[in-house]
Formats: sequence, C-alpha cells, structure tokens
Amino acid sequence: MVERHTGLSIFCHVVLLIGAAVVCMPLYFAFVAGSLTVGEVQQVPFPLVPGGHFVENTVLAWNEGQFSRLYVNSLIVTVGIVVGKLAVSLIAGFAVTYFRFPFRMTAFWLIFVSLMLPVEVRIIPTYEAVADAGGPLRSLFDAIGLTGFVADTTGYQLDAALQWNMINSYGGLILPLIASASATFLFRQFFLTVPDELCEAAKLDGAGPLKFFWDVLLPLSRANIAALSIILFLYGWNQYLWPLLFTTEKAMSTAMIGLKDLIPVADAQPAWNIAMAASFFVMAPPALVILLMQRWFTKGLVDSSK
Amino acid sequence: MPANNAIMTKNEGAVKRPGLPLRRSLSSLVGTSEAGLKASHFRRPWLAAGLLAPQLLILLFFFFIPTWKALSLAFVQVDPFGGTMIFVGLENFTTLFSSPEYRDSAILTLWFTVVQCIATLVIAGLLAFATDNVMRGRAIYKGVILLPYAIAPAISGVLWAFLFNPTVGPLAQMLHELGLAWDPNRRPFDALLLVSVAAIWKHVCYDYIFLVAAFLAVPASVMEAAAIDGARPVRRFLTVTLPMAAPTIFFLIVMNFVYGLFETFGIIDTVTRGGPAGSTNTLVYKVYQDGFRQLDLGSSAAQSVILMAIAVLFTFLQFRAVERKVNYQV
Repeated sequence: MVERHTGLSIFCHVVLLIGAAVVCMPLYFAFVAGSLTVGEVQQVPFPLVPGGHFVENTVLAWNEGQFSRLYVNSLIVTVGIVVGKLAVSLIAGFAVTYFRFPFRMTAFWLIFVSLMLPVEVRIIPTYEAVADAGGPLRSLFDAIGLTGFVADTTGYQLDAALQWNMINSYGGLILPLIASASATFLFRQFFLTVPDELCEAAKLDGAGPLKFFWDVLLPLSRANIAALSIILFLYGWNQYLWPLLFTTEKAMSTAMIGLKDLIPVADAQPAWNIAMAASFFVMAPPALVILLMQRWFTKGLVDSSK
Repeated sequence: MPANNAIMTKNEGAVKRPGLPLRRSLSSLVGTSEAGLKASHFRRPWLAAGLLAPQLLILLFFFFIPTWKALSLAFVQVDPFGGTMIFVGLENFTTLFSSPEYRDSAILTLWFTVVQCIATLVIAGLLAFATDNVMRGRAIYKGVILLPYAIAPAISGVLWAFLFNPTVGPLAQMLHELGLAWDPNRRPFDALLLVSVAAIWKHVCYDYIFLVAAFLAVPASVMEAAAIDGARPVRRFLTVTLPMAAPTIFFLIVMNFVYGLFETFGIIDTVTRGGPAGSTNTLVYKVYQDGFRQLDLGSSAAQSVILMAIAVLFTFLQFRAVERKVNYQV
C-alpha cells in the first residue's frame, strides 16, 4: 500500500467482516440446528443460540445414515482418485516430455483433447461404459472374429468372460473421474520448466530414464504434487453426480449421498437437526484439509488453472 | 509463475506455420510437431509406450468410447425396450430446438449462469479490493472467505435449502416477518433465487483467491507512480489494478460459466430437483432427467452433444485467457 486512508481502511474492514459473516452464517445456523431437538428446530422464531444436543444428534445421524461404512467408501474413492490420477498423470507427462517415439504428438493430442469435455456432459454414455466395461473389448473381438475362433477351437466363451459390470464397485466410482488429462497437462507444463542440465547430468552419470524420473524429477515436483493432491482430495470427496449414478446399493454409497438421504422431504418429519449435524461431519475432511494446507492449496489453485 | 511461461516457451512459439486460424491458435498453445520435447531426452519407445499406456487406456474406456457413443446416439432413435436403433439424422436436434421445454431450459440456464457469473465476480472483486487495502488480519479474512471452497456444491445446497426452508428456515422466517410470501417449493422465482444464492456463496471464494493474487501482482512501482500523479486508491483500482487484472477477470468469467453450466448439478439436485414447474431445470440437469428418468436416450444424447460443443468453446476461451495472461507479463 502506498499511503494510508483511515476512511478507506474502515470501509474495507467492514466489507471483509460482512463477507466473512455471510460465509460463516450458513455454517453457524447449521450448527445451531444440529444442536436442537426435532421439536426445538421447528419453533418460530428460530433460536439464535445453540442448544445442548449436538453430540447426541451427531451420533444419531452417524448411526442412522450408516456413516461408518459410507465414510470408508468415501475415503477409498477419494484416495483412489488422488493416487490414481497422480500416478497416471506423472508417468504420462514424463513420457510426452522426455521421450522421442513414433506418434508422440498423436499421444499428446489424444491427451489434450480430453481436457475439453467435462465428465458431466457425457452422463449417459459414461454410465453405459461403467455398466458394461467389457463391452468395447467384446465388440473388438467380435469384429476381428476372435470370439468365434476361440469358441470353435476351445469351446471357451470369451463373451461371457468379458462381462464386467462396474456399477457398485470402487473401480466404477474412481476410473471415470480419473479419465481427464488435466493433471497430465499440468505436469507436462511443469516438466518443461525443469532445466535440461539436470537430465544431461543424470545421463552422464549413467542413470536410465526411470532412475532419473524417480531420483530427480519426482523430488522436484513435490510442491506441485502436494498442491494437486489437495485439489484432487476435495474433488474426490465432494463428488455427487457419479456416486448417485453408480451406486444402487447403500453399502457402496459415499458419505455425500448418505447426507442427501437424510434431508427431510415433504410430508416427512422435518428432522433438520439430524441432517445439519450430519452435514458437519461430511464436510469436515475437506474443510480440515483446506484449513491445514491453505498455503499450498492457494498456490496450487492459482498455478494449476493458468 | 513457471507453469505459466511454459506454455509459450521460445522453441514452441517460434515455429509458426500458416494454416487455419483455429489451427494456428492451437499450435501456439501446444506447439508444433516436435515441440514440448525436452532438448535432453530419451529414446526408448517401448518404455514410453508403457508409461503412457495407463493414461491412454483409461481415456479410451472412459472418455473416447463414451464420447463417441454420445455422438453416435445423438443421431439415432432407440426403442426403450432395447435393441433396435434407427438412424434419424438431425431429427433429435430439430425436435429439441422446437420443444418449448428445451428452449425454456436453455433460457433459464443462460439467465442463471449470467447472474451467477456477474454476482460472483462483483462480490469477489469487492472483497479482493478490500483485502488489498487492509493491513491487519489479512490472513484471517482470506482463510475464512476461502472456506466454501472445501464445501461440496451438494452441501452448499443442503445448507441454503435449510436456511430458506419455508417452515423451519431462519432466513425464510425473517422474510415472512417482512411480509414476503417466500416458498421455493411452490414459487418458481424463489426456487431459482435460492439455487443462485447457494451457487454464488459456494463460488465466490474461487474468484476471490484469483483476484487477490492478480491484485497483489500489480507492481508496486506502477501503483506508486499513479499515487504520485495524484490518483487516490479507488481511482488507482479502477484505472490501474482492474485493467492489469483483465486477463484474470476474463479467465474467471469463463470459469464461472463452466461452473454455472456443469458443476451446479449437486446444488440443484439437493435443493429443488429441477422444480417447481421446471424453473430450475438447467441443461445439465435436464440431460440427467431425460436420460435416467424418462429413458429418452436419443434426446439425452443430442443434449449431451450440444453441451459438448459449449464445453469445447469454453475450453478454447480458457486457453485464450491463458495466452493473454502470458502476453501481459512484461
């Protein structure tokens, strides 16, 4: 800041305080509602101070929604998305920047094209792809006549072996969400800024590509990996549409869908206290991640989208 | 910002081939035939293939094949009991465009997205301006305002659905006390307003972080020069900071549109489920409704294809914003 203006300074503080208040208001009221009994939550006017039943409601919500199971599912899916996407993107980014091979640009373009279509616009066909993951292979083998050949010669039904239904499976929840190359593109951008001398030196020392990748490139990418993990964690945990579609069994559902099931609908008892208590523990993991890792996260966010 | 400069490193930008404008702008983004290859590299084609295989296989199964299916389904009619498909050409599209329901949904989506985009940007801009001009407590303000980023759209929907619930919601009670007939379950405009508020609340933090970064990046020397010329803070903000942040603002407009169009599914599904009377049935929600509820696959696929076209357009705009941003860095 160049000079001081008391008036402006006060105005700015007021704006920020109002902003912070508006951000916190829904969370505060959710907390108040979560600490009341069903009777109290329906009174007019709505109480402004919390009651004493928060822990009780939380426990009730946790058991009623079978959240022990859903939480584990959410964690598996989230970690799967973070680890899977990072691993796949790191090696693919490494391949397109550090290797000369035929069809290198074709591979790059295939990856680049996938940046353009968000998964939300392919709802139905992606659902089909998950419901029948073996389908493409079956049609391929049919087309080249392999199915008939194998059936004729060995009696083995390839078709039957290729029935993979990934609905209600972790694979079905994880893989479609990894299927975008945004992270690959990001790592490519980063690898391009790594000085060439490092690779030269590694080669002179007799290191192969994998050793160079593991001992030089990975340690250098630590900051990018950390920032991206945070963003992917939030992305994975907060998924809503895909768990809604790909899980028909309650036991395979995620915490987010469990919360949705607790929202009171018309004609039911308005148990908003239970729903609000549940919303707290469903949003807790990503909120903690943000609060604890804020510096890395903002850096990652601002860098990654540029 | 290393990630930034890499897009236009010298060896990539230098070779420009004449061609279609589209192709040229793409080439400048990703480089020409051998661009993006490190000067010091390896020649082990099989190892490279092995490293690329997981990415390409996942893309093939969960990106290319579904995209291809969406494209091909858009031109056929599927009989709901399975099996038969008839090629109908553009019929799915003409039916869509002549259906008042689809037109309403498109207009609604545009309205929702534009309002959400402008409101988010203005609120975030005001907050970022204020953050730029305070000394004390900056980190705390930033930390609090960033919080909604951690919260899923679906949860944002649940929270606001509660606050504005016509019987128990504290804010709805206040509105009723003011004599306003508030009921998002019956009144279409109320429902749309509720969804918009939840969407804006959730997204302001995103624009805010980018704007704070952009405002901070304005060189102090430029600000001092403007101050010496007698420009007071508000004037400096309008004539110096805002123009210098223009690329970021353009980028955010694009991102807000993408958010409004595609990522608000969770909010709509938890708050209104497209109702009442289709008043919050945005284009993405309609794809889901028509495909999963009504099992009208052809129409749903045609809608997907239209959304794909929009998504591709926005991706181009987004990359243009990146390009501009690079040019602005003197």
